Amino acid sequence: MKGAVLPRPAADAGADAWHDYVYLRDNPRGAYEEYWHHTSGCRRWLVVSRDTATHEVYACQDAADAKAVRA
Amino acid sequence: MTSYRLAGGGLINRQMPQNFTFDGRVMTGFAGDTLASALLANGRQLVGRSFKYHRPRGVLTAGSAEPNALMTIGRGGRTEPNTRATMVELYEGLEAQSQNRWPTLEHDIGAVNGLLSPFLSAGFYYKTFMWPARFWEKLYEPVIRRAAGLGRASYEADPDTYEKCWAHCDLLVIGAGATGLMAALAAGRSGLRVILIDENADLGGYLLSETALIDGRPASAFVRSAVDELESLANVQVMARITAFGWYDGQVFGAVERVQKHVAVPDAMRPVERLWRIAAKKAILATGAEERPLVFGGNDVPGVMMAGAMRSYLNRYAVAPGKRVAVFTTNDSGYALANDLEVSGVNVAALIDSRRDAAIAYSGKARLVHGGFVSNVQGSKAVEGIEIWREGQRETLDIDSLAMSGGFSPVIHLACHRGGKPRWSDEHSAFLAPDGLSDLTLAGSAAGVFGLQAAMMSGAKAAEAALADLGVAHAGVAMPLVEGEIVPEPAKPLWSIPGIKAKAFVDYQNDVHLKDLGLAVQEGYGHVELAKRYTTNGMATDQGKLSNVNAIGLLAEARRISPAEVGTTTFRPFYTPVSFGALAGASHGKHFQPVRRSPLHGWAEKNGATFVETGLWYRSAWFPRAGETGWRASVDREVKTVRSAVGLCDVSMLGKIEICGPDAAEFLNRIYCNAFLKLPVGKARYGLMLREDGFIYDDGTNSRMTEDRYFMTTTTAYAAGVMNHLEFCAQALWPELDVRLASVTDQWAQMAVAGPKSRAVLEQLVDDDISNDAFPYLGAKDVSLLGGRLRGRLFRISFSGELAFELAVPADFGESIADAVMLAGKAHGICAYGVEALSVLRIEKGHVTHNEINGTVVPADLGFGKMVSTAKPDFIGRQMVGREGLVDAMRPQLVGVVPLDPTVSFRSGAHILKKDAAATLENDEGYVTSSCFSPHVGSTIGLALVKGGASRHGEEVQIWNGLRNEFAIGRLVSPVFVDPAHEKLHV
Amino acid sequence: MRYSALSIFLNGLFGNRNWAAHWRQPEPKPHYDVIIVGGGGHGLATAYYLSKTFGIRNIAVLEKGYLGSGNVGRNTTIIRSNYLLPGNNPFYEFSMKLWEGLEQDFNFNAMVSQRGVLNLFHSDAQRDAYTRRGNAMRLHGVDADLLDRAAVRSMLPFFDYDNARFPIQGGLLQRRGGTVRHDAVAWGYARGADAHGVDIIQNCEVTGIRREGGKAVGVETTRGFIGCGKLALAAAGNSSRVAQMADLKLPMESHVLQAFVSEGLKPFIDGVVTFGAGHFYVSQSDKGGLVFGGDIDGYNSYAQRGNLATVEHVTEAGKAMIPALSRIRVLRSWGGIMDMSMDGSPIIDRVHLDNLYLNSGWCYGGFKATPASGYCFAHLIARDEPHETARAFRLDRFRRGYVIDEKGQGAQPNLH
Repeated sequence: MKGAVLPRPAADAGADAWHDYVYLRDNPRGAYEEYWHHTSGCRRWLVVSRDTATHEVYACQDAADAKAVRA
Repeated sequence: MTSYRLAGGGLINRQMPQNFTFDGRVMTGFAGDTLASALLANGRQLVGRSFKYHRPRGVLTAGSAEPNALMTIGRGGRTEPNTRATMVELYEGLEAQSQNRWPTLEHDIGAVNGLLSPFLSAGFYYKTFMWPARFWEKLYEPVIRRAAGLGRASYEADPDTYEKCWAHCDLLVIGAGATGLMAALAAGRSGLRVILIDENADLGGYLLSETALIDGRPASAFVRSAVDELESLANVQVMARITAFGWYDGQVFGAVERVQKHVAVPDAMRPVERLWRIAAKKAILATGAEERPLVFGGNDVPGVMMAGAMRSYLNRYAVAPGKRVAVFTTNDSGYALANDLEVSGVNVAALIDSRRDAAIAYSGKARLVHGGFVSNVQGSKAVEGIEIWREGQRETLDIDSLAMSGGFSPVIHLACHRGGKPRWSDEHSAFLAPDGLSDLTLAGSAAGVFGLQAAMMSGAKAAEAALADLGVAHAGVAMPLVEGEIVPEPAKPLWSIPGIKAKAFVDYQNDVHLKDLGLAVQEGYGHVELAKRYTTNGMATDQGKLSNVNAIGLLAEARRISPAEVGTTTFRPFYTPVSFGALAGASHGKHFQPVRRSPLHGWAEKNGATFVETGLWYRSAWFPRAGETGWRASVDREVKTVRSAVGLCDVSMLGKIEICGPDAAEFLNRIYCNAFLKLPVGKARYGLMLREDGFIYDDGTNSRMTEDRYFMTTTTAYAAGVMNHLEFCAQALWPELDVRLASVTDQWAQMAVAGPKSRAVLEQLVDDDISNDAFPYLGAKDVSLLGGRLRGRLFRISFSGELAFELAVPADFGESIADAVMLAGKAHGICAYGVEALSVLRIEKGHVTHNEINGTVVPADLGFGKMVSTAKPDFIGRQMVGREGLVDAMRPQLVGVVPLDPTVSFRSGAHILKKDAAATLENDEGYVTSSCFSPHVGSTIGLALVKGGASRHGEEVQIWNGLRNEFAIGRLVSPVFVDPAHEKLHV
Repeated sequence: MRYSALSIFLNGLFGNRNWAAHWRQPEPKPHYDVIIVGGGGHGLATAYYLSKTFGIRNIAVLEKGYLGSGNVGRNTTIIRSNYLLPGNNPFYEFSMKLWEGLEQDFNFNAMVSQRGVLNLFHSDAQRDAYTRRGNAMRLHGVDADLLDRAAVRSMLPFFDYDNARFPIQGGLLQRRGGTVRHDAVAWGYARGADAHGVDIIQNCEVTGIRREGGKAVGVETTRGFIGCGKLALAAAGNSSRVAQMADLKLPMESHVLQAFVSEGLKPFIDGVVTFGAGHFYVSQSDKGGLVFGGDIDGYNSYAQRGNLATVEHVTEAGKAMIPALSRIRVLRSWGGIMDMSMDGSPIIDRVHLDNLYLNSGWCYGGFKATPASGYCFAHLIARDEPHETARAFRLDRFRRGYVIDEKGQGAQPNLH
């Protein structure tokens, strides 16, 4: 597990956007999207949607697909 | 007038007597006994002493909730303190010791605490032991610690083994009593993959203590045929002696199986315990209900027992509790016990029912008292009599044993492990499992359904619901007919009992009595969690199985609210305690972590290497030769040999990653902070990888083998991390780039051949032209070896600063190629060198490792400022590396350090201060990151990170190691001690 | 009411009927000069020092559950001041000195027990790292000793020296480190704060922060609106949720840390020991249970519970260090919500509103910091100046690049 799924800013997005991306987090109690890495298996990075209060997993998709959808 | 074995009856095997010892005294029991039943059969009622007051205690229950009968079993490395005698299967030669008493169980000096009890009430220790201050650690605490705890653990290592495994099923049924058996039958007959588990050795749960008939047969016969059928079904797995201790995310249950706890000498080829992780699509908790004690004076005197337990000892183990028994009950279950006692020929002197208007019929010989209470018990080491309180009147009665039943609490623990809170039901007078549990249902008395007939129906129905959820048709199961049972319908709970004089216990093990709870409320700790912590109620090894609900009821009455409003404390694993052994399995000792060996490990071994752990790897540290005294002699020789002739070092464990694809160059250009887009084919380049926050993550070399194929090396420790990072970037950040990654660390054996004679040696193996013109510094290419017999890769890179190459061959050929290099090098005086010599060589050249790349340095700190590209539009860390704090001129920077006096040595971890500065943290300027003895310089040398160090060459400083009492004066110098112009790299 | 052996004796003679409640249960007033959000160790300590040392009256501590229901009631009780970096070192040593006088200060036996904290190392690299740390400690006048293998062995002969995958090579010992009874810390500070007039309002959850201009004028709570002069946030694992009510996003993630206790045993191990070849640390409480733990599970969580894989990792490391643990049984596991900051170090700072103060980012190391955190936060609130030992704990250090990163892992909370 790496942490929150956040879009990486453009290279010239400025100090505020980068500080936000690298350091600031919503850290919600509830619905949350997180990067997982299947290191002992397919080696794919995944975007997992789950609840941080109940640990219920709602959805899971390949990180490459998630980015395509997001972009 | 103590407990004794009945002449007949019971499910024990009287053909198989078992001898055992208790506190050194030899006794006999039978196969099928527990240690508790055998002790009772031998008239042994005093079995332990309580934690605080050292009160005499007897067996209270017949199951895993037992708070009193804790023994130390076994000896040496098999010593197990705090073991419940009620759960120990008797075996020949079993050795048991009572605990927490001195000198003997009968005469325990700790009982004096009982006299001091008014001063030892709940929380007393918070109010004292504060003066004089130093007495706490010197006197009070050591005394408290010696008195604390129950059993004593052995320091010896455990000779037995443990195992861990997984199981998967459609339906997990926890509990093989009436409810669980019916559920398993219903699901098993329908073809579902079922796992049925029970914490006892014999399945059947309370059926084994029942005298009711099932389909006209004894309950135990019904159990036998049900189990036979289940074991005959291929889709059903039946496991006994296994306790489910926790419910975790992902529908995973943790359970521990007592594989060989019931044998005197375990078979060494099998584990003594097995940890199960069971992933179940659905689960049914058929765990039954725990009978509650009643809280009256002297309710802890040995001989006072739970009514259901007394019935188990009577019917299952053929043990009578005494000669004159009284039964105190709030519900109908006490009557079942009274009937069974009388049938067995035991005199029931009185049946005291707290209900004034109990409807149940009774035709036995005992004196029936309605609306009465046992207010006090007489006796201290055994029951001598009771005091019955009724409508304001007291009456004493001579008896030698007392059963109590305060109602039943469904065993719902696992259902509450994933955050759900139980709910109080007035109708059931109990806490029931939370609603809305995903894929877990309760059945039988665990769900508040009492009585065998109803429980069996409930079990079948729960299985049918699970089948329906899974879309499987159910085969149907006929309901057996139960006759002669007395159903313990829930009755109004009885928390407070009138007329109490002696201490009335709520938590037996921790000695929490009624007045303690009152005190907690009085002092503001009336919240259920605060009351628990302040009084320690529910914090003993039984986690409050018998005490929590009573405490909640009493708090509710004291605060004049309902138990629903008081609520429960949090249910958490483990349902019953689990050993470290079972949880660790085989991962201990030498098997704690796997071993990774280089493909050249064999080669290193036969060359006499001494190995050192580097993470999971074993690396050759140095190669001692005959006559060398100590590692320094070997390392110094290896260093000198490399600098003057040639050496061979195994560098296979560094991470190796292949990056291929049309966009590989672009990809790498974004990964490294320095330029990579235009790296020519056939060339290697040193690369610095930053984190997104601008600090250096890892370093290594990257070689362009073909147009779109790159070969990256990483440090050993960060190989996995870099791979994860590259995959993240390729998949999550830039999936539009056409690039593929492969970890090839284990596929290649890689060896450094370094020294002025290195080319001369390699020319004998490498077919290609590797002269300086044909293959200059930083060349990288595929080569042919040994006349075309093998292909490998050759890199002209140098960690040592000498003329050097790294040769990579497929791993399986590593040893033979290394042998060939050594043979070819013999005439040139080649030696094998290990990681210690490698370290000296690289420190002499000022090359950094993770000693310097410590996670808090940026490229400029290490003199690599110019490597950070200003032209590239984007790379990992580009934005953040420019932050104010990361360009500060007073940041620690890489320098070299030498002692003024070359005979003085210093160590890594010493700090650097200005020469005349006082030794304070404010004056701390940095620290020595790497150090070694340098044969070239003739003294200890070091690399250090020192504030503004790059511009302080020549300055004299303190090398301060207060920890070792070593203080030296040194000088800051260039970190490159050998060949500062790097001429040797280009020959 | 003053606690002492004599008070116990006298009360005991009279049936213990005269012990008074340790703190009041007052109704919230309409306005306080200072509202502290969070009735855990840090919030209560802040209220204590604010009232006792800095002379502020009219303070409320708002706690959403019962007093001490968060991490202060569920940690592994360790105190130490063996930190590496100059931004941290003086702060934790200040805390240690406060621990040393605490019980006499607030007249409650918190069982401060300095039986030593020993960090084992198993390689040259680890030894060198501990050397750097030990020297940093010594430079600040903090006690630190480097023990070799033989010294560790004579101290703890029952550890694994001969059959270990990663043999013990030595350890860094802080003799003044040790343990404290965690519940007593919360109760002692609560009792002390209450005695100095602080209103501790339990079952009062803050649901919103009302702003006017650049100031917070009060908080919406489950018990109504309460006005404030200054608003101080000490909500630990729930800091992001509360900060969000003031439109503030924090550099932190909330993670679960599991901890465990074994069945009670006669004395087995004396001080605190941490394993260097895996995540495991252990001590023995005065009730006899071994209190131990390991690493965080690794994923964001507010659930206060973790999973079985972590339990196995922790106990494997435990048995690797101490083979004799094998037959000892684990009794209970629990979990808390750790406020994991982006550099592993805390934040004690004023934030974007004129009268808003933040105390957060303690990761899994907040318990030992309780006295200094309370004191320094109180100092900041009372004087609008950071205490000298807490100067580096600024929120803007992330933006500016002055992170205090002991582990060198960067901006990934689950690695700290």
